[in-house]
Amino acid sequence: MAGALLEVAGLSKRFGGFVALDGIDLAVTAGERVGLIGPNGSGKSTLVNCICGTLTNETGTVRFNGEVVNGLLTHERTRRGMARSFQLPRPFATLTVAENLRVPLLYTVNARPGSSLSPAELDARCAELLQLVALAGKATKLPRDLTQVEMRKLELARAMAAEPKLLIADESMAGLSQSEVDDIVNLLIQLNERGITIILIEHIMRAVMKFSQRLVVLVSGKKIADGMPADVIRDPEVERAYLGQ
Amino acid sequence: MRTRVFLLISIAVAAVVFFGARMVNNDYVFFAGYTVLQFIVLATAWNILGGYTGYVNFGSAAFFAMGAYTTVFFHKAFPMPIPILIAIGGVVSGIVGLGMGYLTLRLRGAFFAIATLALAVVLQTLVVNWDYVGGSRGAYIIRPNEIAWIGPYIQYLFLLMLALVVMSITIARWIERSQLGYGFATIRDDELAAEASGVPTLRLKLVATTISGALMGMAGAPFPYYIGYLQPSSAFGLEYAVNSIAMPMIGGTTSWVGPLIGAILLGSLQQIATVTISSAVNLLIVGLLLVAFVIIAPNGIVGLVQSWVRRREK
Repeated sequence: MAGALLEVAGLSKRFGGFVALDGIDLAVTAGERVGLIGPNGSGKSTLVNCICGTLTNETGTVRFNGEVVNGLLTHERTRRGMARSFQLPRPFATLTVAENLRVPLLYTVNARPGSSLSPAELDARCAELLQLVALAGKATKLPRDLTQVEMRKLELARAMAAEPKLLIADESMAGLSQSEVDDIVNLLIQLNERGITIILIEHIMRAVMKFSQRLVVLVSGKKIADGMPADVIRDPEVERAYLGQ
Repeated sequence: MRTRVFLLISIAVAAVVFFGARMVNNDYVFFAGYTVLQFIVLATAWNILGGYTGYVNFGSAAFFAMGAYTTVFFHKAFPMPIPILIAIGGVVSGIVGLGMGYLTLRLRGAFFAIATLALAVVLQTLVVNWDYVGGSRGAYIIRPNEIAWIGPYIQYLFLLMLALVVMSITIARWIERSQLGYGFATIRDDELAAEASGVPTLRLKLVATTISGALMGMAGAPFPYYIGYLQPSSAFGLEYAVNSIAMPMIGGTTSWVGPLIGAILLGSLQQIATVTISSAVNLLIVGLLLVAFVIIAPNGIVGLVQSWVRRREK
């Protein structure tokens, strides 16, 4: 697809004899909201890890913003505008909530050419992000003082702090209550409206259906469906993968 | 507080310490004090890698010995004033630190620690077999008795070590408050998340091993002049490796204050034990204190105070 922000072509990853991803093709256009679903162990997180450079894929290319990013380290991809949140929140445990957000500002935003935020601007940016995810009152707390949903919000806020073009949210709602899920979905849609492309990986179908403009399904390391959410969930192959025969 | 202000205050404190020690007018104060100061530098240096980035280095003795043997080499080949030797020792150990970082930093946790221990063994073997610096026989360094302006040579050595203390705690404190400090902390907390936030983890780890190694080497450079006779087993002594880990652990590893407190406490205790009981009891004290702290206060004295303050705020 011409003009795609993210373009994954023929991507394969194996762990020893186990093929985790098998020839994945995926293109995401700028501004899109894509849902990525699949049963446990289907390779969703592995795909994220290959896109972000945490794992290296054996074959295939990842193209971001027109540039092949194979071989680039994770932090180099982050600086180019790719950000992710982790499935299990991984906050910097010894830094306060505000400092957690300061790290990507210092190391990603300030590392981009032509950008240098003054200390005052850094503080303002942190406060703004905390406001966005409703954590302003917890700025000086340590991550261990946060609740599960606040931790997820911090995780998203930290990814957002890097001012990404593409945000990959890896199961940011697992284990949350319905209203908390709605909170996060609304937040993601709000971010998307600010022009950020988002890939959402999720098991909670209600959230996925509400969020996604397009749905991609992975099963056993293969992409088996890609299209309008309403069509995809009626796809017999997808039903078979989720419900069995 | 700005770094410059902090530097001025530390220089003032150092001056008070020096003139205070001169008032006592007993060379032994300088002999014992030198050892304590040396451990402050070593503990602070270890903490830059071990405390800030969380990479445990068991090879501190090797970096210390690199500095000491650089001095022995130049003392023989091309005699120079000690401040210059300190700088050279720092460069040599910094390069060794960079090399060690490059070779081992893909290892984590226990594997990294074992690799640093191996490095110490390899370097010791090299020195033992290097005849020019004395090999296993050791090397004599005859130091002058007096030096102009200051008087007794030991006071000069004490003053140099005091300067190194000021330098190393200023560097440690500056790192803590700078962007580098944030980067180091993220490496300690979660390397994967650090990379995802744009932190170039490998590069920062190399910066940490280089600074840490260089400071340890600088602490070792005046040592041959202090001891007079340097042999591999004393330069690569177990006490350096153990103390430079134990002191930050006991003081607290997350801030520059920790190693300072730990080194003053443990270092003085060891000096007192050496005089009153025996020098062999030193490592026993360290061992017992370390076990006690790991159980009672795993975050050291600084951690203990911080959690107390936190509780009071609530």
